[in-house]
Amino acid sequence: MTAGGAEGHEVVAELCPRGPMLLRGVSAVRDEHGELHEATRPVVAVCMCHRSQRLPWCDGTHKAVRRD
Amino acid sequence: MLCPRDRGPLSAMVRLALLGTEDLDLERFTRLADDVPAEGVLTDADLQLALWTLYEPHYGGFEDVPADREWDPRLLAARGVLERRVEAELRRRTGDAVAAGLAAEGPLGERIFDVVAADDGPKVAAYLHRHATSEQVVDFLRERTIFHLKESDPQAFVLPRLQGAPKAALAELLYDEFGGGRPSRLHASMFADGVAAAGLDPRYGAYVDDVSATTLAVNNAMSLLCLHRRLRGAAMGHLAAFEATSSVPSRKIAAGIRRVGLPEVVAAYFDEHVEADAVHEQLAARTICGGLVEQDPGLEEDVLLGVAVCLHLDAVAGAELLDRWNHGPAVAAVAADGPERVAS
Repeated sequence: MTAGGAEGHEVVAELCPRGPMLLRGVSAVRDEHGELHEATRPVVAVCMCHRSQRLPWCDGTHKAVRRD
Repeated sequence: MLCPRDRGPLSAMVRLALLGTEDLDLERFTRLADDVPAEGVLTDADLQLALWTLYEPHYGGFEDVPADREWDPRLLAARGVLERRVEAELRRRTGDAVAAGLAAEGPLGERIFDVVAADDGPKVAAYLHRHATSEQVVDFLRERTIFHLKESDPQAFVLPRLQGAPKAALAELLYDEFGGGRPSRLHASMFADGVAAAGLDPRYGAYVDDVSATTLAVNNAMSLLCLHRRLRGAAMGHLAAFEATSSVPSRKIAAGIRRVGLPEVVAAYFDEHVEADAVHEQLAARTICGGLVEQDPGLEEDVLLGVAVCLHLDAVAGAELLDRWNHGPAVAAVAADGPERVAS
């Protein structure tokens, strides 16, 4: 999935199988409660399993979730 | 940092050669190195310190050693003698794990995560989380100074040996490790702030005379893999396993640090690694290792070798730490905590 941006500066979201969503070049992520979380690194991992203790960021907890 | 104190004949010969006191007799050096039995290579403090000391001129160097010793052919030959012993032993110990990884199915990135998840090494992070005393946490930090105060420096040597997507991803990962343009966020600087707050000397190499042989072996393996272009696949496999065993354990270590009441800045370093390494493990396993093997399928075995080397050495070093800290019921309690392990 690709969000629009200035030419040559598009933001590409990368969905990792069984893992988080990687976002490059974003300045912040707004969570479902409307709260804005500043992105402090060049690539951020957004939690997709909703079990992270550091939402909206991935903290690796998805690995403890049983896989099929 | 000054050239470390020797711990036996090999490290003494290296020290004297680096200081310019005595030329290194390569024949004698080789004979002494060959005297170390294969199964003892990774735990021999003299051999591991000699190798660590031979690598260091490629990094920060020693104040009392002339800079041109870095490319002294005789010292490089001595380094090669030790490297051949260490590499052979690492390959011997990880042969079965590499074969199992090759036989497994699915994309390489996924297989790396599976191998790491299936590993059941000693649970240092779980012990630090629930049971360690303040002194044991500080002991852990002291051993870790050898690695964290030059964090990611070995992997930076690999960048020119990669191309395309894996190179871009490693650069992205390293940029984050090196603070994203902010010196105060250099991971090595953050660790220095933490160890200073914990009452330790934050200067790189301050504890090289004190750390265990296996701590030196863990660090030497990274230099071995990262300084040889032919081993670039293994260097990146090692990085992937390292990152994939960091995020969850870092959370436990941070909790343990808070539990024993060490200053907040110590825990903050491990907090940073919870989020950072959740990103880095994806980059390293999928984009770097997966991409590398897509470009050059012949590197698959090397990548899996690096993964296995990281897991094996961390198990050896972790077992030694747990053994040093106690022989009591706490270890059994950790063993009951479930299948988790720590690498970083």
